[in-house]
Order: sequence, then structure tokens, then C-alpha cells
Amino acid sequence: MKYSYFPGCSLKGTGKGYEESLLPVMRELGVELEEIDDWNCCGATAYMALDELKACTLASRNLALAQKAGHKEMLAPCSACYLVLNKSQHYMQDSPKVGRAVNKALKTIGLEGGTDIPVRHPLDVILNVIGLDAVKKRVHQPLKGLKVAPYYGCQIVRPYATFDDQYNPKSMDRLLEALGATVVEFPLKTRCCGGSLTGTLPEPGLLCSYILLKEAKKRGADVIATVCPLCQFNLEAYHDKIEAKFNDSARVPVVFFSQLMGLAFGLSAAETALARNLLAMKPMAAAA
Amino acid sequence: MSAQNNGNGRETVRIGFYICHCGHNIGAMVDCPEVAKYIGSLPNVALSRDYKYMCSDPGQELIQKDIREHRLNRIVVASCSPLLHEHTFRTATEAGGLNPFFFHMVNIREHDSWVHTDRGEATAKAKELARAAIGRVAQHKSLEVKRVSINPAVLVVGAGIAGIHAAMTLANAGKKVFLVEREPTIGGHMAKFDKTFPTLDCAACILTPKMSAAGNHENIKLMTYSEVAKVDGYVGNFTVTIKHKPRFVDAEKCIGCQDCIPACVFKEPKFADEFNEGLGKRRPVYIPFPQATPQVVLIDPEVCLNFDKKTGQVKEKGGCKKTCVTACGDKDAIDFTQKETTEEIQVGTIVVATGFQAFNPQRTPQYGYGRYQNVYTALEIERLVNASGPTAGEVISRDGKKPQSIAIVHCVGSRDYKTNKWCSRVCCMYSMKLAHLLKEHTEAEVYSFYIDMRTPGKGYEEFYNKLLDEGVHFIRGRVGEVTDWAFTPEEEGKLVIRVEDTLAGVVRRIPVDMVVLATGLEPKSDAQEVRRLFNMSCGTEGFFLERHPKLAPVNTFTDGIYLAGCCQGPKDIPDSVAQAGAAAAEALALIDKGYIEQEPNTASIIEAECSGCKSCVPLCPYSAITYSEDKKKAAINEALCKGCGTCVGACPSGSIIQNLFEDAEIFSEISGLLLKV
Repeated sequence: MKYSYFPGCSLKGTGKGYEESLLPVMRELGVELEEIDDWNCCGATAYMALDELKACTLASRNLALAQKAGHKEMLAPCSACYLVLNKSQHYMQDSPKVGRAVNKALKTIGLEGGTDIPVRHPLDVILNVIGLDAVKKRVHQPLKGLKVAPYYGCQIVRPYATFDDQYNPKSMDRLLEALGATVVEFPLKTRCCGGSLTGTLPEPGLLCSYILLKEAKKRGADVIATVCPLCQFNLEAYHDKIEAKFNDSARVPVVFFSQLMGLAFGLSAAETALARNLLAMKPMAAAA
Repeated sequence: MSAQNNGNGRETVRIGFYICHCGHNIGAMVDCPEVAKYIGSLPNVALSRDYKYMCSDPGQELIQKDIREHRLNRIVVASCSPLLHEHTFRTATEAGGLNPFFFHMVNIREHDSWVHTDRGEATAKAKELARAAIGRVAQHKSLEVKRVSINPAVLVVGAGIAGIHAAMTLANAGKKVFLVEREPTIGGHMAKFDKTFPTLDCAACILTPKMSAAGNHENIKLMTYSEVAKVDGYVGNFTVTIKHKPRFVDAEKCIGCQDCIPACVFKEPKFADEFNEGLGKRRPVYIPFPQATPQVVLIDPEVCLNFDKKTGQVKEKGGCKKTCVTACGDKDAIDFTQKETTEEIQVGTIVVATGFQAFNPQRTPQYGYGRYQNVYTALEIERLVNASGPTAGEVISRDGKKPQSIAIVHCVGSRDYKTNKWCSRVCCMYSMKLAHLLKEHTEAEVYSFYIDMRTPGKGYEEFYNKLLDEGVHFIRGRVGEVTDWAFTPEEEGKLVIRVEDTLAGVVRRIPVDMVVLATGLEPKSDAQEVRRLFNMSCGTEGFFLERHPKLAPVNTFTDGIYLAGCCQGPKDIPDSVAQAGAAAAEALALIDKGYIEQEPNTASIIEAECSGCKSCVPLCPYSAITYSEDKKKAAINEALCKGCGTCVGACPSGSIIQNLFEDAEIFSEISGLLLKV
């Protein structure tokens, strides 16, 4: 199975651990990801908030490149990239004005199209294309006794909930169970982590992250599993500031779900990229 | 029989043409004087005028005067939709001394001026349409309206408060009423309520006398646990097939003593009690509530041990000791062999009063219904506070505790872009009523979260003021979420309402013990199937469609079928009763007149040309065509024909003609349209 692969800026930067852990597990599951040649930044939430038309145009170049590469579908692991690419496709299809403007812009660089290639999320592909049975077959070191709080963040369920329930998604829950972990009941699983606010308006931004960490801890989670590089960063990188501000411990390790998959599959340290994390997970009990 | 010879070809055709400005509706987009001038130049047109408002009295009188003074024998009016004024102008034509079917109407408003933005294009189209009509009307023949008699019996479908009131009104007027209800008892949703707003009358106390009267009325034949399976025929002459579901109890023999119920082998009731919204339990043999009408028990074959779960058939051997039969004794009313039966009835008019269903709040998961046990729907609370409910009126939540704080969330599944866009009209009032009852039954603090307070009825605003005095906390803000995650120690173990208090301008977290969701009203899930049965339409929201939202709220587009109550749209009890009375009055108007006049646009077969192929016979939706084996010819019963035209188009030898749509008429209209101006 081959997919066009759109990493986005984060997966090459602060979210390197996501790419480093995702590619090996996808390979294990028989999925080959071919990085789109000469991809550009998708604009993420920042550009969409400033100028929707220009943001669509920027993102559409990647869609057109992916369509040109010839694979049937593309994979965008980063939540913001996933949403922006999907949104751009929707806008191009639903608004003739946007469609015309974007196509005109693409033409000037010798590209066209981009609305025919579905943009899919790794959770979607793992659950609905590969299937959990295939995942279970590759679990050599089940994450027995590890209590995980599944945290989806906002962008893969709002505004579009294409592959999972909008209010109470369960795809990652089921994946974690298939890995042998204990999934902790976490009602805040789609609540905002603060997003860019942790940088621009720290007061509300840190509060958002603190709420999530506090509840995860209360529910007994050993670790929080995320899908988004910004969520992972927000929850992990500010624990000292949060502790100072709220006078409460916020030391919960935060990993990408793909890192837990790598652990369960028994992949090497480089392939699980746990060294990238700022807060170390508690060591897993040695395999029986 | 086809239309009589009108002397076409023997007399000169003299057409009077009128184009109406309809104020600005047509006049602003179509150059009416120009069209009148153009039409005046065509052959057969004796007179061509433009006029401001043809439908007015002077307009109609103008037609009559012109017919006399100018010896006109055909009239064409180019104006609005025939649905509005075809009858008006036909009447005017007749008053002028002509057969009304020498009149033809052209729609240059909905079909032309209202859908154009270019005056030149609109005027050109008006000319073409009018020219087509001029060609057509010359071919018109004189026709007579036919009269259809009205069977005085009435079918009322649904026996909630609307159905019961309609049935009683009709029965008191001396008409025979068949009252069909799909549940085992009549009473509908109103039977479940505790008190009604704004008077706080006990719902059962005001309903049960009406239920009893309906059950005992000599003119009402009550058919409960029954459904309409098929409706054939047309206004005045409907043949309806009713399906009677088996109770496994003989209604003639059962006296409603209910001795069988405690005698059941299930010592403790085990199954969710539908009447109590699942909050209570019942046995396989049960009666929905003590005052059920008729007073007959029934057995649920899904859970009774004497039925095979897979086939639904009664077990030949095995089952239980049938202690219910023993308890019944020599009344011998229990009959496990009872089968579904069908019955055909003849009625002239039908009143549809099938009611609503409550919104299922699992569609709004952010309110936690089904996830958190102390989240309830309004109907569940009605049963909880009801003295005859599962807790005898004690408000105890599912976790066994008495709530110290209760939240009432307005607009669940109403005014919601994601689920139902409309306002359900009764929820503000019933929410306040529940707030009052909850304060009466408990010591709890009650918080009501609303978007607007909608209190349109008599005494409703005064009721709101009363509630304000009672100390209910009203917070203006649509609840965002009901959640169990606690941020402070006080919130532990509670359900937290997260809401923006829009009057204070802050976001609040309010911890409560119990949440009541004011669920909205929506069409029943089988509304589409039901509407097809009765050949009705539904509006975009799915409620049955009235003929006109302001001027004909209880009529449908099908003659003889009327609507009453919430199946037409959400409304409270006073409005449901009012509509039921209105529907009964409409039916009575038809019945007392005794006949209805039908369009003479019926089809007929030219016997000499019929080849006896029988293609037409099975096509007729009204079963109006019969085939004679002796003559080897088909024949159409004019009394049953509704002029749908299916057989006319299908006949391979072209030997079926239809009044008002004969070939000469249609082809001349087409020629008129296609000629280049």
C-alpha cells in the first residue's frame, strides 16, 4: 500500500519524534509513504485565520503535487496540516469563486487539480484500511499495565468528523487497547490544549494545558497519547511554568501514539524516538 | 362520456384576452400594454386589454360585461398561478353567460415575471405564453363539473388529545367516527404529563374524562392497538384497510380487573415500562396505565415465555404455567392463539392526528444523556414527579440520591443548526412548569438555562413572573456542555454545567446533582411512510404539510384529508385542541354539504378505436378502468377517474382522450409556443 506523504513543518522540527516513530510502524504494517517532492508549508491555523483564500492557495499546491505524483490517497499526520488540506479541498469544491482563484494560481506554476486526492489521517488508515487485527499480529511486547489517556485534540474532529465521532472519538482508544494498554476514561479527549495561545497569550493558554494534565493525572494516567505535534509540545514543554503558576504538579509524560505502537511492536530505541521527549515515560515491565 | 360538441367550426371563435399587471408583481417586469397590443393582432382575438388587478371585483365584472357587449365566446387571462385564481375567473366567465371551461389561464407571474430580471426577456416570454393560450383556448369544449357524494363517516387517525377532540366533535354532530390508535390505549403524550401549564391542572384529571367519553360514545368506534395499512379512493369515498395487532387478550371478554398481572410467573416486573419512559418496570402481561382506555390488558410477545423469540409464534409446548389464565378464571379472556386481523372501512373524510416524537438527546452527546446516569429527558421527569409514576412522585435520581441542585437545559434538539432548526414552542413553558414542580417536590436549587423565554400564550408570561418569584435561577445562555470533570473540590461527584452567562458576560461552571434536558418536538420517525399512505406532503422539517400556512392550517393538498395537532408542527395543548376542532369543522362542512364538485378533466375511451389490448387497466392508480370480456373493450368509470392522464399517454392506439387535455388543445398550445415572434 502506497500513500503520498505530507509531513509538514512540525514533523521536521519540534515534532520530529512523530515522523521518526510513525514511518517505521507504518512500514511494519505494510504501508509505504512517499514524501511529496518539494512540498511547502500548509499555512496551518495561522494563515487560515488571516486570509482564507490565500491560505487555500498555499495549501493547494501540495494537493496538486500529490495528485501529480499519482498515488490514490495521501497521508497527513499533523492535525493542522490534515485540517488545512481538507478544508482547502472543501472550499475549492464548495465555492466556485475559490475554486477558480486557486486553479488560476496553480496554472501559473504549471499545476492543476488537487481536489481528487483524499487526505487521510494515520488513525483513519490504521483502523479502517489496515485493521486492528493486523496491528495485533505485530504486537510483541503488549503495553500491559500502562495506563494511557487518549488525547485527540480539536483539529481532527472539528469541524469535520470524517472517520470518528465528533464528541467522543474512539479510534485511538481502540488502537491503544489493541496494543495491550489500559485506556483511561478521559472526557477531555477533544478539548483544546491552548494551541498557539501558549506563545501569544500564556495566561489562558497555560490554563488550557493545565486542565488537561490535571484531569489525566486524576484519572490515573501514566502517559498521555497524542496525535498532534502542537498538543504534544504544549502539554510537555511548559510543565515547569504550569507548576509555578498553579502550584500543582503537571508532570505527565506526553507521547505520540506512534511511539507507543513502536514500543508494543518491539522496535528499536531510534525507531520509537522516545529520546525526543522531555519527560520520560516510566520504564515498561520487562517482556515476560 | 366525452365532452359534447360545442359547435367548434360552426361558430366564429371570438377570444377576449386580458393581461393583468398584478400591481408591480407582473407590471414591473413585463410590458403589459405591449403584450396586449401584440395579442390583439392575432387571429381570433376579438378584444385585448391590460388591467391592473384582474382578480378584483371590477376586473371580474369587466370580463362579464365584455362577454355580453362584444359577443365573446372564449376568455384568456394572463396573470398569476391558476392555483390562486383559476376558480375566480371561471366563475366570472360563467356569470357572463359562458361555460366556465371556455376560460383558460396563463401564468405570467410565477412562471415569468417573478423569475426574470430582464424586462425584454420577460415580455417576450409573456407574449409566447399568451399566444400559446390563444391557440389552445380556441379548441376548448364546453364541459360540466361532476359532483361526488360524501360518505358521512369519518376516520380519525391517532387518539391523542387532538384526535380525541376531533372525534368527539364529529361524534357529537351525529357523524360516525372510526378512531384508530396504534398504542394499546388512547391518550397520547398528554397522558404522561404530570401537570399542564400555565394553570397546573393535572393532565390526567382533564384528559381521562375525555378519554372515557370517547371510549363510550355511541358514534365512535374505537380501534386501539391498530394501524392504517392502506388508503384507497378519494374525497368522499375512501376505502381504508385497518390492521389490528393481537393483544392475545379478547377485548370483548376482558373486564379490566387486572388480576392476571400480579399472577404472572414473573414475580417481579422485569421489563422496561414504555409508559414510564423506561424508568419503571412491567411484566409481559400489562396495562399501560391504570386509566387506560379501553380497559383491556395485553401481552408482549417479545418477552412473554409462551412465545418463541425467533419466530414470534406462540409455543405449542413448553412456555410457563400460564398462571395468568388461571387468575382470569371463567372470564377466559386470555387467548394466546390470537392473530393479527385486517378490516376494511368506508369513510368520506380523514383527520390525521398522529402527533410527534420527542427529540432523542443521544444526538446531542455534549449533554451527556446516556453517558451520565443523572441526565434525564423532560418526559422522564414528568413520570418521576407524577404521583402515579415509578417512584410515586418522589424525585430520586438513578443513583438513589435526592438531588440538592437541578439544572434544566432549554433548546435540546431545537433552534440547533446541527439537529433541528425550529423552535419547538412548548419547551420554555414546560421547563418552567418542571422547575416549579421540582421545587415543590424537593429542596433543591433549580437553575434554568435558556436562550429566550418564549411565553406566547394566555397566562404564560404571568406564569414566568410567578416562577421568578419562586426563586428559580434563570441564566441566559445556551449550555455548552454537561461534564463530570471537576476542577475544584466542590465539583467532585457532580455534573458540571458549562455555560456562557450572556447577561453577566462571564463563562460559568455550575455543579449540579441532576440535569433535565428540555428535548424538542420532531416528526415521528415513520412520518414519510405515513404521509405516503394518505397521499400528503411533508414540509422541509418533516411535519405534515398544510395547504396554506396562514389561511388553511388544517387542510392538506389532498381533498378530504385534514391535519390536527403536533403532526402538523409543534404546538401546545390549547392549539392542538383548536386545530382538532378546525379539522372537524372542515370535515363537517364537506359532509353537511353532501357533495364536492370535481374538475371534469376526466378521461374516456373511444370504444370504436379501442383495440382491447388491456394496457391501460393495471395502470390506473384509482382502479377506474374495467375491461369487458364480452365487448373486448376497456371502459373508464368517470366517477372514479381523477384525470391523472396515465392511461391517456399509455394507450398504444391513442383511443383514450382526456377533457381539457385533448390532442388538438395540446398541439395548438405547442404550436403557439414555438412560433417565432
